[in-house]
Amino acid sequence: MSTPTHQASPPHEEENYLTHDTSIQSWLLTKDHKRIALLYLFSVTLFFIVGGVFASLVRLELLTPAGDLLSSEFYNQAFTSHGVMMIFFFLIPAVPAVLGNFLVPLMVGAKDLAFPRINLASWYIFMVGAGFAVFAVLTGGLDTGWTLYPPYSSTYSQSRVTWAVAGVFVAGFASILTGVNFIATVHRMRAPGLTWFRLPLFVWAHYATSLVMVLGTPVIAITMVLLGLERVFGFGFFDPAKGGDPVLFQHLFWFYSHPAVYIMILPAMGVISEIISTFSRQKLFGYSFVAMSSLAIAILGFLVWGHHLFTTSQSPYTGILFSALTFLVAIPSAIKAFNWTATLYKGSVSWETPMLFAFGFMGLFLIGGLTGLFLATMGMDIHLQDTYFVVAHFHYVMVGGGVMGYMGGLHFWWPKITGKMYSNFWSKLSAMFIFAGFNFTFFPQFLLGYMGMPRRYHSYPEEWQVLNVMSSVGASILAIGYILPAIYLTSSLFFGRKAPVNPWGATGLEWQTASPPPPHNFHETPVVTTEAYDYQSLPLSATPEPAEARHV
Amino acid sequence: MSSVAAALQHHFADFKQQKESAVLGMWSFLVQEVMFFGGLFVTYVVLRSQYPHAFAEASGLLDVNLGGVNTIVLICSSLTMAMAVHAASTGNRGGIAFWLFLTILFGSIFLGVKVVEYKEKWDHGLIPGIQEEGLKFDHETHLPRPTGFALYFALYFAMTGLHAIHMIIGIPILAILAVNGLRGKYGPEYYTPVEMTGLYWHFVDIVWIFLFPLLYLIGAHGAH
Repeated sequence: MSTPTHQASPPHEEENYLTHDTSIQSWLLTKDHKRIALLYLFSVTLFFIVGGVFASLVRLELLTPAGDLLSSEFYNQAFTSHGVMMIFFFLIPAVPAVLGNFLVPLMVGAKDLAFPRINLASWYIFMVGAGFAVFAVLTGGLDTGWTLYPPYSSTYSQSRVTWAVAGVFVAGFASILTGVNFIATVHRMRAPGLTWFRLPLFVWAHYATSLVMVLGTPVIAITMVLLGLERVFGFGFFDPAKGGDPVLFQHLFWFYSHPAVYIMILPAMGVISEIISTFSRQKLFGYSFVAMSSLAIAILGFLVWGHHLFTTSQSPYTGILFSALTFLVAIPSAIKAFNWTATLYKGSVSWETPMLFAFGFMGLFLIGGLTGLFLATMGMDIHLQDTYFVVAHFHYVMVGGGVMGYMGGLHFWWPKITGKMYSNFWSKLSAMFIFAGFNFTFFPQFLLGYMGMPRRYHSYPEEWQVLNVMSSVGASILAIGYILPAIYLTSSLFFGRKAPVNPWGATGLEWQTASPPPPHNFHETPVVTTEAYDYQSLPLSATPEPAEARHV
Repeated sequence: MSSVAAALQHHFADFKQQKESAVLGMWSFLVQEVMFFGGLFVTYVVLRSQYPHAFAEASGLLDVNLGGVNTIVLICSSLTMAMAVHAASTGNRGGIAFWLFLTILFGSIFLGVKVVEYKEKWDHGLIPGIQEEGLKFDHETHLPRPTGFALYFALYFAMTGLHAIHMIIGIPILAILAVNGLRGKYGPEYYTPVEMTGLYWHFVDIVWIFLFPLLYLIGAHGAH
């Protein structure tokens, strides 16, 4: 992609961003985007575990038709805590704040993000917000569902709604600051010669995501302010008894929370574009269409929120408009899926671990996206609203898409981030466990939802037990799939083989600096002379490692 | 000017890149502020369209004179802010501190007037959730207030309160800039912090330019 810097080869003595200063202070006050990415990595992993524990409780309860393990009140808290932790404190920050933070400056050939101090501040803000939410979840619980609909959340719920609302409000600003940072970085920090249409698609995806973060997140923030005022002082914006409008809350909430799905999925799509082209050893087919489809998804994502309100007082004519606009989102999504597939055609495809996750993404996101069209159809949605069909659909998108992309990206860039190779065998096993376990968990939920099983109840009629048991067993397999990486990735830090500069033979500036990179990323500012994914003119020195790196 | 050279952060190639990044970042941040206040304005539009008469009646209880004075005070503070940016760009130490002091003064006058207005609402029981008598009954005619009357005051406090919080955040930043300006930290090569704070201050003023007519002037035609 650029003139390679061969000076990066003597790997032994060189200081990298992990070793140049190891004091605790140097971590907590770091302005290095790579270290901040790691701070985020630890944090979101922690919140993933918290959210995962609550998910396990939900699936355990649903093993039997009777609501026996958890009281209905505690069941409400379990699924709410699962949703709040996973969405606001894992999925939304996962790819952008961990992988994006680490990689966007490297990919554009910069020494850091445009605003390193704001980047560090965003992590502290995130942790304060998360602290509020964890406090709410662990001390009084939260039982409103992650959607926090009034009047239940404003008037009737006895749980710690105000703390959770404060947590979401505060954490939102972390997301906004990350978005502002990425926008300024992509515009102003690109290396010489790195034009917009030479940018890796990962960067395009993060640019589009940043637009959503900056335009959408403030709306959830002000909505949380209004909800807090409503709950604490009884302001009445959403209270019909005082002339307020509860549906107004739903409009404001989904104006952010629908685009928030694209905050989770767009950067994951960027990861997939990188992985597919690397392991097909081809330029990504339809580069500019894939780049523009990210922007199209970001823009269209703001015009579809009303499809969450088909069963409210929203006018059916408005509903038709929202339904039609929702169908339009399928077009840029399909552009991506078809271009990824076309990239594989006549490519030299290899089945490394990241590629397994990418294939998993393509399969699961396809199902998630297509079932979204069912739900965008107004007549269908009247039947499916608030059933397990919806639960299955958004898990296919957010977990099947977002988490698969995150896992794929983590495995793809792990050698760069840590400088260590992980076990091929265990990582491939994990990818397969996750794919199989995920489908076992959530496919039965489509059927349950179609049969009418509503979400958010801890008991159900006996004829649905078989499918629910399948789902819970699948969740156990899925859990093993997630526990495995925790073990083999951690052990790779101690026992892993040292990672070469470019273990996958990928293009991209991040693969031309040392693994792990030096504190300021590059010894000399790189100069870019070619388009992204230029595998034809890739120097021979950058071809992948033979033998043990490629095969189990 | 060694202090200016030190102001170039390590990850930028030159001052031009640093300044362009800051400007773009600040405008992006202001876009997010527009969306942040935007949620409130949408709530206002939805609720006022449902209760136009109650909103007009409630608006009639605000003091247009105090609101008008405050509008002029804020516009003056925007002028002095612009003068401060100009002084910073020419490296005029005394000028920076002088104009920023005036900006802080105008900002403080605005907040002082706001306190007077809030106090008056308190005395008349027009605070939703805290001092509510005036929101339920007209204390002169003893007639019940119409539906939506209390919502107007809920919005009044949410909108002007959020605006005031933005000013309260701005004033200490102005004070820090004034001290730094006196110490000669800003000059033609580097005055980005003053300029960025200026953008923020102007934005906060513009929010008020929308708040004033939407809150104070809608009672002017045919409320009673």
